[in-house]
Parts: sequence; C-alpha cells; structure tokens
Amino acid sequence: MQRRWITFLRIVHTGMVNFIRNASLATAAVAVMVVTLTILLFSIIANATFTNTIAQITNKIDISIYLIDAATPSQTQALVKGLKNLPDVADVTYLSKDQALESYKRDNAGNQQLLLAINSTDNPLPATIKVKPHDLNKIKSLIDYLKKPQNVALQTKDSPSYNGDRKKAIDNITHATNILREIGVASVILFTVICVLIIFNTIQMAIFNRRDELTIMRLLGATTSYIRGPFIVESAIYGILSAVISIVLVNAVFFASSNALQATSLGLLDINFASTFFSSHFFRLLALQLMVGIMIGIASSTIATRRYLKFKTK
Amino acid sequence: MILLDRVSKTYNRGLGPSLDRISLHVEAKEFVIVVGQSGAGKTTLLRLLTREERPTSGKIIIGGIDYDKLKDRDIPMLRRKIGVVFQDFKLLPNKTVFENVAFALEIVGVSNREIRHTVPKVLDIVNLTGKEKRMPLELSGGERQRVAIARAIVRQPRILIADEPTGNLDPKHAWDVIKVLEKINRYGTTVLLTTHNVDVVNRLKRRVVTLQHGKVISDRANGDYHI
Repeated sequence: MQRRWITFLRIVHTGMVNFIRNASLATAAVAVMVVTLTILLFSIIANATFTNTIAQITNKIDISIYLIDAATPSQTQALVKGLKNLPDVADVTYLSKDQALESYKRDNAGNQQLLLAINSTDNPLPATIKVKPHDLNKIKSLIDYLKKPQNVALQTKDSPSYNGDRKKAIDNITHATNILREIGVASVILFTVICVLIIFNTIQMAIFNRRDELTIMRLLGATTSYIRGPFIVESAIYGILSAVISIVLVNAVFFASSNALQATSLGLLDINFASTFFSSHFFRLLALQLMVGIMIGIASSTIATRRYLKFKTK
Repeated sequence: MILLDRVSKTYNRGLGPSLDRISLHVEAKEFVIVVGQSGAGKTTLLRLLTREERPTSGKIIIGGIDYDKLKDRDIPMLRRKIGVVFQDFKLLPNKTVFENVAFALEIVGVSNREIRHTVPKVLDIVNLTGKEKRMPLELSGGERQRVAIARAIVRQPRILIADEPTGNLDPKHAWDVIKVLEKINRYGTTVLLTTHNVDVVNRLKRRVVTLQHGKVISDRANGDYHI
C-alpha cells in the first residue's frame, strides 16, 4: 500500500516536472483546449438562454374560448371545471362579457376611434375562457375536449382561437434554436477532435524526446502505468489549466459586455439572463470544464502512449 | 534457476537462425560465462532471458517462471527479479550517478529514505563512493560500467545478467569489473556473463559455455577460452 502511494506521488511529481519542461510544446495544446472548452461553455449558456426565452414567450400565449351569449352560468362553470381537469392545461381564467370588454379597452387604450366604435354599440365581445397549456405543442386533450358536441354548442363560430401568429413565431424561434444547438454540438465535437489530435502530437513529441529513458524504464521493470502515468498527469494539467483560462475568459467577456452594452437583450439573446445563468452556475460550469478538459487530456495521452508501451509479441 | 530447452530465435528467415536449438541449465548461485565471437548469438540469448524478444521456438523457464505462460503485464515483475548490465550501459545522461542507481528503486516504489540508505551501500560495493554527484559523461568507461552494475544489483536480484561488461575496458578496469561480479556472486546471486575477453575467461576458472553460429559447441566447468 505504501509503495503504491509512493509510486502515485512519483507519477504526479514527474508529470508536473515534465509539464514545466514541455512548456513550449504545451502552449499549442493548452490554446486549442481553451478554444474547445470556451465553445462548449458558450454553447451551454446560449442553450440555456434560448430555452429561457422560448419559455418566456410561450408563457405569454394562451388559447381563448369564446362563449355564445346564450350560455348559462352553470354551463359555463361546468366547462371551466372540465378544462381545469385536463392534463395539458396549466391555468384557466374566465372573463365575463364585461370583463372581456374592459380587457379589450385596456389593450387598445391608444386607439380612440376603435374605443368610440365599441362604446356606441352594445358590447360585441363574447364571454371568454382563457386557457394556458403546459406546452403549446401538447394540447390534444384540450382540443378533443372542446370538440365534444355539448361543448361545441357553447362556443361561437370562431372559437377556439390559438393565437396562430404567435404560435408560428414560437415555432420559428424553436427551429432557429435547434439549428444553433446543432451548430454548437458540431463545433464542440470538431474542436474536441482537433484538441485530441494536438495533445496527441504534443505527447508523442514528449515521448520522442524521452524515448531512451522510456526504454530504460521498461528494461528495469517499470510497469506500464508508471511510465504512462506522468504523461497522463501532464495532459490532465493541460485540461485543468485550459478550464481555468477558459472560464476566466468567459467571465471577462460577460463583465465587459455588461459594461459596454446598456441593452439587456440582443434579440433572442437575453444577456442579463445569460450573465445570471453563468454566475449562478459558475462552479458547476467550472467543474464541467475541468472534467471535460481532464478527460480529453487523459484520452489523448492514453492513445499516444499506447504504441510505445507494447511488448514484443513475436 | 535458468533453464533453456531447445530454444531457437530467427529474426529473418533468409538469414537463418540467430540461435539454433540452444539448451542450457544454470543452477542457483552459479557463475556462468558465455563466450563466442560477435554474431554468435550471445546478445540474442540475453535478450530472450529479459523477454525483450520472444523465442521462435523452445521453452524458457527462469526462477520458476515459464515464459510461455508469462502475460505482458507480468513482464515488469519478471524484470525486477533479473538485474541486467547492458553492453551500452543504458545510463540516463541527464541524471547523476546516484540518481541513475536510485532510478531502479524509484520505479518499484521504494521510499526516498530507503533509497538514501541503500544506494550509497551499493555504490561502495562497486567502488564508486565519492562520485555520487558526477554525471555519466564525466566518468570513465569503467566507472560507467560500474554504475550500470550498481543499478543492476541495487534491487538484490536473484539473477544478474551482464552483457560484455568488459567490452570497452582496458585490462585493469576490466578486472575491477569482474571482481565486482564475483563479489556479487559470493553474496548468492546467479551470474550470467557474456564476454569475448580471453584473459578474463582464463583467469576466472568458471563454467564456460561457448556459442558459435547460434549453437552451443562446448559447455564445461573450469573452462577456458578456445574457439
């Protein structure tokens, strides 16, 4: 047990010494790893931000059910109760004819002509039930319910209204977000591959520089893990260093943007939310960066050392 | 301790075998000299024993370990039991004498305290006390050779294999090295020595195995060098 511990410490120590000695070689590896991890970080933040934006817009959307004037209060109550019991429905609000008129007036407060036209006649607006679904794409139970004959009988001809234009806008945003997400995933994969290749090369060069030493270690009975260990430690240090640089960089970007941009929102990209998300998840993101960085390092150096550590089999 | 049964090694079929059905049995604590001209197969033989190469055919058993059944991951453990002095020393040029010897202990997980205790003792056996901090390039050939020996014996192996340890040395230094090997043998280590130094062979009066064209042509106790 003690021997193992000593060996472990020696491996870590050698790895750190090699890292310092290979500083010039390591620069390229660290640089590309920083780019990779930064893209990963931005992808995650952008993804969270877009998801949030969509959720906010979706939240504002509801479905309106217009009732005929002949509907009795008990019929109306039964309908509202039935709607509330549906699994897809998040919230149900009932507006009487008067309330609907008030709401309409509020929404169109700037349009004097329209208000005059409405005032001069009887209230033309129907009583309305506003339904908020959990997910705008999952409203099947709601539609089925509204299509029941006894319920159809209670509704005006143009009921229900799905706020068609808004839904289309949401679909567009979702579509755009999905494309962005795919681009994010693709670039993370691409840069991870580049990163692995560069670290692979760096480690191979380091091995090449020390091949005599490795041969001697082998002949003296060093185990594979003892020879490989320092290289793995070395590239894990690349990962740690890159993760720290990357997160500091992203932090700086948010700091600079919050100072430079007075606007809190750039179209879809809600900078305030992104910034809050970043700072509230800081340690989780850092942990993820560290994990990914270390994994990339370990994977590439494991592959790079494998060829040199094989025993002759023939 | 060492058993070879009809061991052959062919590197290149066109050139014929480097070792041709060699059989050899070495007892524990024996001191065996393998002689032969360059290309007779001495180095190939030693490379087979350290499992740097695998035989084309035949059986090798060392210290109870059957090489046919030896898994790759057990090779390091085998090499820890065998001390090897290489023809070209294989010292690390950027490490001091002390560090070179300590290196053999480091890779098997010996503590620094133990290293500081053991290495000076071994350097004393090979008469290198006082040269701990020298770099290999600052040493003479004989001194380097003795560093290599110190590294080979520091883990107290049961078997010591020395490939031409007197190869590049003048007679006086060559004899110093041989005396060290004899000393180690007296402590109980089996020694297998290859050489083509006639003087060394004749003065040692030990078992001599003669190789020629990959075959054992003579094997006798208290032998002398004759080809």
